[in-house]
Amino acid sequence: MNNSNTALELLKSLGIDIGHVFPEDVAKIQVHQNKVVGLHLVPGLRVQADEMKDGIEAEVLIEKGMKIEKPIHICFGVLPEEGLQKVKLHIRAQEESKAMILAHCTFPNARQVKHIMDADIEIEPHAHYAYFERHVHGPKGGVDVIPNAKIHVQEGAEFSTEFELIKGAAGNIEFQYEVNAEAQSKTEMTARISGTNNDQIRLHEIVHLLGEYSTGVIVSHIALKQYAIADIENTLVAHAPFSRGHVDCKEIVVGNAQAKAVPTVLVKNPTAHVTHEAAIGSVDAKQLVTLMAHGLNEDEATDLIIEGLLSKKQNWQNMIKEIE
Amino acid sequence: MDNIILTIDDLNLSVQNKKILRGIKMEIWAGHIHALIGPNGAGKSTLVSTVMGLPGYKPEQGKICFLGEDITNLPVFDRAQRGLTLAWQEPARFEGLSVEKFILTGAKNKCHKRAEEVLEMVGLDPHKYLNRAVDKTLSGGERKRIELASIIAMEPKLILLDEPDSGIDIDALEKIFSLLKKLKQDGITIVAITHSLAVLNQADHAFLMCCGKILDKGDVNRIASYFQNKCIPCNHDRFITSTIETAP
Repeated sequence: MNNSNTALELLKSLGIDIGHVFPEDVAKIQVHQNKVVGLHLVPGLRVQADEMKDGIEAEVLIEKGMKIEKPIHICFGVLPEEGLQKVKLHIRAQEESKAMILAHCTFPNARQVKHIMDADIEIEPHAHYAYFERHVHGPKGGVDVIPNAKIHVQEGAEFSTEFELIKGAAGNIEFQYEVNAEAQSKTEMTARISGTNNDQIRLHEIVHLLGEYSTGVIVSHIALKQYAIADIENTLVAHAPFSRGHVDCKEIVVGNAQAKAVPTVLVKNPTAHVTHEAAIGSVDAKQLVTLMAHGLNEDEATDLIIEGLLSKKQNWQNMIKEIE
Repeated sequence: MDNIILTIDDLNLSVQNKKILRGIKMEIWAGHIHALIGPNGAGKSTLVSTVMGLPGYKPEQGKICFLGEDITNLPVFDRAQRGLTLAWQEPARFEGLSVEKFILTGAKNKCHKRAEEVLEMVGLDPHKYLNRAVDKTLSGGERKRIELASIIAMEPKLILLDEPDSGIDIDALEKIFSLLKKLKQDGITIVAITHSLAVLNQADHAFLMCCGKILDKGDVNRIASYFQNKCIPCNHDRFITSTIETAP
């Protein structure tokens, strides 16, 4: 299969119309296993990608002062049932730049696929960097997804990331993100994951609020059915004066699934303020009977409540519409 | 003669070994507004929860018939699909669920225009509310009106309202009262739990409930007057042989 056809197959597996043509002003990077099968850049964006034996290593640079208006589309995928994909990303958003990345990761036929991502992300002063990652897995659940990222959010910069896996079987996810946030920076990290069958989901997210007036929010919304297991550790450490943070962990557990959440908030300065909320358990009874009093049966009502819990944040929706 | 849409016969219910409903007997007339009043703890909310078939409210004795069908053992959603529904005193929040989606959940007509129509009926601007989530960013009064809108969209035959005016600001109250009148004109039957004279004034009939029993029913003014002037914490045995006026 040539690169062009592979790229189309990747898009098709995501439910994106393969007749759809990306506009010229939309940057795209498409990677199948260890091959770059599609690349289109726009002014202000520089990408150097090297193919390795079992993956790729890429440097991504958003140039100083450049505002890339349209979301950059990145697609990683493994189409066969088995495969290994290692991705090493070095991302730098230079001073006062702005970019949004919409990343799709697709493993539609996976029985034994491993996707390992190591990223270091540097967001320079007053740069804005947003990263939405949507995973689409097949029904068999044979995927190990192991993303690790270290992020440095410099003074006045903004970093937001949202990880979505609500379609297909999650498989095994081990997620480790660590953020160091400098003065007056903003960090927002959201994960929305649906687990079923024997899926195993582990999230470890840590945000260090190192600079004055830095803010950080960590949100994890997980829905588990059948025998899925989730272990969520979200840690927010407020080191600096007037830093503010919030941790929100909500998990719905249905059937024989199990959930554990450990939200840790640590304040090391008397003027810092961090809050947390955690709710784990079955579907809220009042929500359930309200929907049943509208004529939905219990399964339909449960699915609607879970859909609400796992729904996209508003500010991503327009971005996704542009791409899809 | 008006039709009876709901009958409750000898309904008894205990919760944690405490008798809450004692031999409730009621007839609800189609297309009328009925007020259910009584002191706190009388069992009013328990009664409507039992009629709606909510989990934990299974009667140990008695029968509920809706449109001539015995629904005593039917689950909530089956009753809702038959045209019976309930609006809560304090509606639930739904994180991530848009107002539009919530309104159209049980709607007969699941189109955007219908969602706009019912929101306007409860005095809310669709452009401001349809895309919002039914979550904590809405006030209690807003959520209550949105829930009312969702119920109207169901085009039910009978609505159980638990204190429809609580949490609603004065400006919107008039809208709610007009709405009740309109629903009645459309042939929808309403049973409203209320402590409010303003809601009582909208009703055609009233039931006075105390200590798990229906003590009196009939003329709204008479019952309202008795409740205001004489309803005090009581021993239910005093009322066991009260004469009950038949409904018109």
